[in-house]
Amino acid sequence: MSTAIKAPAAGAPELRPDLNQIGHWIARGARVLDLGCGDGALLSWLATHKDVRGYGVEIDVDGVVACISRGVNVIQSNLEAGLAQFEDDSFDYVVLSLTIQAMHNIEGILTEMARVGRTGIVTFPNFGYWENRWQILQGRMPVSETIPYEWYNTPNIHFCTVNDFDQLLIKLGMKNTGRVVLANGKRVDFLPNLLGNLALVRFERETRS
Amino acid sequence: MPDSHSVGIVAPQTAVFDAPIQLASGAVLPRFELVYETYGTLNADASNAILICHALSGHHHVAGRHQPDDKAAGWWDNMIGPGKPIDTDRFFVIGVNNLGGCHGSTGPASISPDTGTPYGSRFPVLLVADWVHTQAMLADRLGIRQFAAIIGGSLGGMQALRWSITHPERVRHALVIASAPKLTAQNIAFNDVARQAIITDPDFHGGDFYGFDTVPRRGLRLARMLGHITYLSDDGMGEKFGRMLRSGEYKFGYDVEFEIESYLRYQGDKFSDYFDANTYLLMTKALDYFDPARHYGGDLAEAMRQAQARFLVVSFTTDWRFAPDRSREIVKALLDAKKDVSYAEIESAHGHDAFLMEDAPYHALMRGYLARVADEVNPLPQEARA
Repeated sequence: MSTAIKAPAAGAPELRPDLNQIGHWIARGARVLDLGCGDGALLSWLATHKDVRGYGVEIDVDGVVACISRGVNVIQSNLEAGLAQFEDDSFDYVVLSLTIQAMHNIEGILTEMARVGRTGIVTFPNFGYWENRWQILQGRMPVSETIPYEWYNTPNIHFCTVNDFDQLLIKLGMKNTGRVVLANGKRVDFLPNLLGNLALVRFERETRS
Repeated sequence: MPDSHSVGIVAPQTAVFDAPIQLASGAVLPRFELVYETYGTLNADASNAILICHALSGHHHVAGRHQPDDKAAGWWDNMIGPGKPIDTDRFFVIGVNNLGGCHGSTGPASISPDTGTPYGSRFPVLLVADWVHTQAMLADRLGIRQFAAIIGGSLGGMQALRWSITHPERVRHALVIASAPKLTAQNIAFNDVARQAIITDPDFHGGDFYGFDTVPRRGLRLARMLGHITYLSDDGMGEKFGRMLRSGEYKFGYDVEFEIESYLRYQGDKFSDYFDANTYLLMTKALDYFDPARHYGGDLAEAMRQAQARFLVVSFTTDWRFAPDRSREIVKALLDAKKDVSYAEIESAHGHDAFLMEDAPYHALMRGYLARVADEVNPLPQEARA
């Protein structure tokens, strides 16, 4: 699945800021499933720097070729089918990066993530970002760095704010175990739902059977 | 102009094994020969070898030409050569005609040392495991302890799977393309119709037609026509032939009218000119019997747990002989066994035959994967990297 945010120029040695943060959350030697892994940049970085073993799931063939060419395990599949093939608790972490806003069944995917992994990590554009609010106040649908599409050509169908996502986790009986909000790649701790344009949330099932 | 991406003119070699070998069925062959070809150069520590396993009607002649004016190159020439995805500048590639074949290796048409006549009906039924066993003997002969990769499409993919289970330490990478973990009832049914076509041909003589100076051409031709239908997709066939008539109008008879009839008959005729009927029976039977999960309580993941190789599994969207779902069964087992595996499902209109076709994403995938393998076993000198 292609992400809604454009990656930095090819060949950039550094990870995208959100992937960088995810990289810091993931423990050394963990097993990781990266849903919508694109060109495999995160898994490749994790393998090199944290001895992580894992798989990516990617529907786009160019992404699959890129993953394979850099030695990242990748399963070509849509995310729902990709998740269904894994047994319960197969992974320490399941990552869904900048993809959730384009998905249909978000409750289903979060539940599945929490089933196959101990910890889920989701990143999404924060619709509560002040620039988005300002554009709506001006009477227009927001177009910004993290939401780069016009309303008529966007793949995104499910926008939410940082606060909305927390509410959904509660509804699904999941526990938020960490959150970082970024603005232009930098961490925002003051009024994150207003001043951050990109949210990263870590979650787990409330009770593990 | 010579093609710089071709392995060029190649010559087959023969490895003779003069001791009796016991087969999986319990039968014993007193001796056997394997005919094979190699391309590229084996490196000093013999770590850059790739074995190509062939499918039902394949053989050892995988790339290049035997004579400059050969009409066709080896059967996977688009994949293998200098600078091609299976790069003979970096790998030592081996193509072998499987035991029981009809392209030079010992098979039903070979002379039995016990009787001085062709084996015919006395040639033992083979399993995929027997091919792997004899391929391993050839590898020993060539001084190859571990293959950088074992690669096969269809029945060839089954051999790669079997290798990874039986000889885990001898396979670094297994590339399983357009294959299946075992045949379905439908697959076996198609195979049996093909076999019945051959066996009921009066010229078959119970498999001993060699002594009658004849071959069961009609049966073999029908078997091939049937098989060929399963290699193509409905879409691909429709695109290529549709309902096209050779003469443009109905003739109200039973001669060739539709282009597809003409095509299939041509394929059947061509095949029956050179392929051995007993080999066809053997190959289809080996397909039917293949089921590596069988010795692991039917649990394919348990079977794959034996493997140490990393896997690339590839399927093609319109393949209905071994559909993508069959490849996904292999992938699921490998995931459950916590093995390194990548899986690609290539869009193609060519059905099962797609694994032999040149296709940009498919070849990019193979090239990308095998470049990594080459870096592991046969790194380029530093200056060539820049």
